[in-house]
Amino acid sequence: MLRTKNLKMDLIVTKPEGLYCPPGDFYIDPWRQVERAVITHGHSDHARAGHTHYLAAAPGEGILRKRLGANIDLLSLQYGQQINHHGVTLSLHPAGHVMGSSQVRLEYKGEVWVASGDYKVEDDGICAPFESVPCHTFITESTFGLPIYKWQPQSKIFADINGWWQSNADNNRASVLFCYAFGKAQRLLSGLNPNIGPIIVHGAVEPLNRVYRDAGVNLPHTQYVGDMQDRAQIRKSIVLAPPSAQATSWMKRFGDYSDAFASGWMQLRGSRRRRGVDRGFTMSDHADWPGLQTAIMATGAERVFVTHGQVHTMVRWLNEQGLDAQGFNTEYGDEAAEAEADLQFATNMLIETSANENRLVETKAKTELNINKATV
Amino acid sequence: MKDFANLYDRLDASTSSNAKLAAMQDYFNAATPEDAAWAVYFLSGGRPRQLVPTKLLRELTLSASNMPKWLFEESYQAVGDLAETMMLLLPKSLHTFDESLTQCVEKQLLPLRGLSPEVLMAQLLPLLNQLDEQSQLVCIKLITGSFRVGVSRLLVTRALAHVSSIDAKQIAQRLVGYTDIAARPSAADYLKLIAPIIEELGERNDGQPYPFFLAHPLQASTDEFEILIGKLEQWQVEWKWDGIRSQLVKRGNQLWIWSRGEELITDRFPELGKLADCLPDGTVIDGEIVVWQHQAINPAAALTELEVGQAIASGVQPFALLQQRIGRKTLTAKILQDIPVVILAYDLLEWQGQDWREQTQSVRRTQLELVVAQCNQPQLQLSALLTGTSWQDLDLQRAASRSLNVEGMMLKRKDAQYGVGRTKDVGVWWKWKIDPYIVDAVLIYAQTGHGRRAGIYTDYTFAVWDAAENDDAKINGVENNDVEHNDVENNNVEHNVERKLVPFAKAYSGLTDAEMREVDAIIRKTTIEKFGPVRSVTPTLVFELGFEGIALSPRHKSGIAVRFPRMLRWRKDKPISEADTLETLIDLLPHSSRGVKNVVAKADGS
Repeated sequence: MLRTKNLKMDLIVTKPEGLYCPPGDFYIDPWRQVERAVITHGHSDHARAGHTHYLAAAPGEGILRKRLGANIDLLSLQYGQQINHHGVTLSLHPAGHVMGSSQVRLEYKGEVWVASGDYKVEDDGICAPFESVPCHTFITESTFGLPIYKWQPQSKIFADINGWWQSNADNNRASVLFCYAFGKAQRLLSGLNPNIGPIIVHGAVEPLNRVYRDAGVNLPHTQYVGDMQDRAQIRKSIVLAPPSAQATSWMKRFGDYSDAFASGWMQLRGSRRRRGVDRGFTMSDHADWPGLQTAIMATGAERVFVTHGQVHTMVRWLNEQGLDAQGFNTEYGDEAAEAEADLQFATNMLIETSANENRLVETKAKTELNINKATV
Repeated sequence: MKDFANLYDRLDASTSSNAKLAAMQDYFNAATPEDAAWAVYFLSGGRPRQLVPTKLLRELTLSASNMPKWLFEESYQAVGDLAETMMLLLPKSLHTFDESLTQCVEKQLLPLRGLSPEVLMAQLLPLLNQLDEQSQLVCIKLITGSFRVGVSRLLVTRALAHVSSIDAKQIAQRLVGYTDIAARPSAADYLKLIAPIIEELGERNDGQPYPFFLAHPLQASTDEFEILIGKLEQWQVEWKWDGIRSQLVKRGNQLWIWSRGEELITDRFPELGKLADCLPDGTVIDGEIVVWQHQAINPAAALTELEVGQAIASGVQPFALLQQRIGRKTLTAKILQDIPVVILAYDLLEWQGQDWREQTQSVRRTQLELVVAQCNQPQLQLSALLTGTSWQDLDLQRAASRSLNVEGMMLKRKDAQYGVGRTKDVGVWWKWKIDPYIVDAVLIYAQTGHGRRAGIYTDYTFAVWDAAENDDAKINGVENNDVEHNDVENNNVEHNVERKLVPFAKAYSGLTDAEMREVDAIIRKTTIEKFGPVRSVTPTLVFELGFEGIALSPRHKSGIAVRFPRMLRWRKDKPISEADTLETLIDLLPHSSRGVKNVVAKADGS
């Protein structure tokens, strides 16, 4: 464990623009436009457009360029590679959340801080797994910071999902699985059994699949519904779509389908019922309660800042465990914004690739999407 | 047990009636009669008395999960359901339990009742530990007596009708009384439910009532009535009484009184007991229990002659009085004297041991009038028939409803049979209710809901202003009060910074899911302070609240209590400064209590 100095300097503070490193004069995942931004990952509440200079992990470069523009001024680092800026040594380490997600390690005059962005501790097999980085001060999320949130291993959840798909396919019913387009969709794809039937993806999902495939991740074959020659096959298929596609006319082509939602929020019956789907699969790209505890304790940090989610609960709990914990007021955790970004992204991609008539139909369907649908 | 837990899961997960029906049919087709007997009991609302105090269940969870109490409470607030919270927090179980629902209920759960806390603490954890998560959830719900799943009794009836090929109405008849709190349903009981019909009269030899026939709401302009429901001549019209819907059953020299919830309430109304002597065996009357005083007219009230006549004819007292009496554990002689009840008879379901429900409304009414006349007791009165020259004429008469303490009118087709539940297949009853009272109120506190509303701020406290805008003159006596922690100042009105919001009602229904989420987001953004699960917010939201009744109440901060408050509309167009005032509420009070504005004002400060 690292030794704590008596005279501490805060390496990260909150400013109206976002989390700020005073000695390094840069921001981490700022929500207002700044000169220098270190981006932990490509979800839209963390990666925003309009900053002058970007720094991010190399595996996340593809996503950031597609979401924020191909021409952004982006410097990418390999995981573990160190750079020095105004005397602050900075390196990025895998956070296991989505492709390219990283924890930001800052070292200045012997003091080490780690800002973890969003993370999960289970290895999902499609992005670099979470790496515990020893530090004096750890900045953690707390999206699922209550002991009621405990995840099953993903192999068990994949088995449940494939079982659900199989039983629907046996009854000639399409299976519609709603999920966030970036990260969750690809994780689900990696666990689907393509022998059950065709895998259809919504226009918001496929461009992100491409990013994963380009990075060497092996995902099963996917197709657009408009490209399917044999309509009867639709009823054997599983469909991956963003939550915002629920209750839109795009869904009509699947007939009498069974639907499900894959998210950590599905742990609670109340959320499941509010979502109005047949099944809820509890699968999250965030750490569960035991995961958060393990990750925090493993850093050996004595000070902890909690950025978003169950901030109050986590702060109180950590203080009772003898740590010095406080909350940071941030603008992370806005999933409605993420859903909106999915759509915006999808629409952009479609205009980019265009050409195909079926896709135009999808673009039309998408303009009818009600962004407000995405909640909780 | 797993089968039943699976059924619960299927019912809980679905919102489609057909899917629920299919789930129940699958279950009943596969279950043993003894398991099916318990399943019917639980699904149609039967609940054994609480077996273990919830306080003890909380303690058990705390000690088993080794967490501080506050963390448990935070978890509970997020989940919104005690059984589910426990299921999520208890250590992962071993899944070895393979017993049937009956074995589980009779051998494991029911014997828990009355055990000492020490024994319970020792026994419960091993009991729960042998269950998988679904079964754990269901068992805890059975233990706490809070087992509820989204199926109506009608749906259970339909499922049983389907698996047994017996008419649903017949099943409904047999189900009456099945869910009594003391019931221990057996395989024989279940087989009786689904047995072929042999001898109907033989089945009805005890005090069982008939399933109540329920009315549908009629919401249309009076001018459309003729097109929608036909001529006035085809309808029997009565007041819609505001009391307790009840059936009087007289058989075998004994009298039973049942409430609409099919609860036996004979003991609650001893003054009706003497009707046993003057009603012949084999008589069942449907009617309304109301509080009754012969001198009900307030001479000061400005009533028209017609209204006075109607009021004399009625003598019905406000429901609030009946409520006082229902709430008492013991009925003292004073209460019986001060709050006497009568039953207003409006239908005859059985006469001389014969089921009369297939007779027409007019035939039943004619016979009912004879029965009431023969009985000749002041405790049994006829629900008077109303007459009018046209629907418009009736509408005018209906305007007197509030002053008569009735909720509007009932329209019953003269050729209608007495149906089962809220059906229209053999005849129809309409409830033609008066419009609710309406005020615009400000949302000042919010609390998260339960069940499907868990984790979302859906239960709100509403307030009105204690004075009019820009009006320095205060209502008598209000200005010196501390209105408890509700000292939210109205920053929008510079000239009147002293004006305060007084809470007067809680409401949680009436918003769409989308509106609920929108309001939830605003509440999170405008939170001032948290008191446990309750948040106080900077007042920004105005809602149009509707309610059915209004009365003085020293127990409420505003001095006023309203009945069935709910949100009718979100007034996004209104700033909070334009919400209504306490004065508006006071003006809505019945004539008889209007002279007590000062009382209201004082109650406000007490």
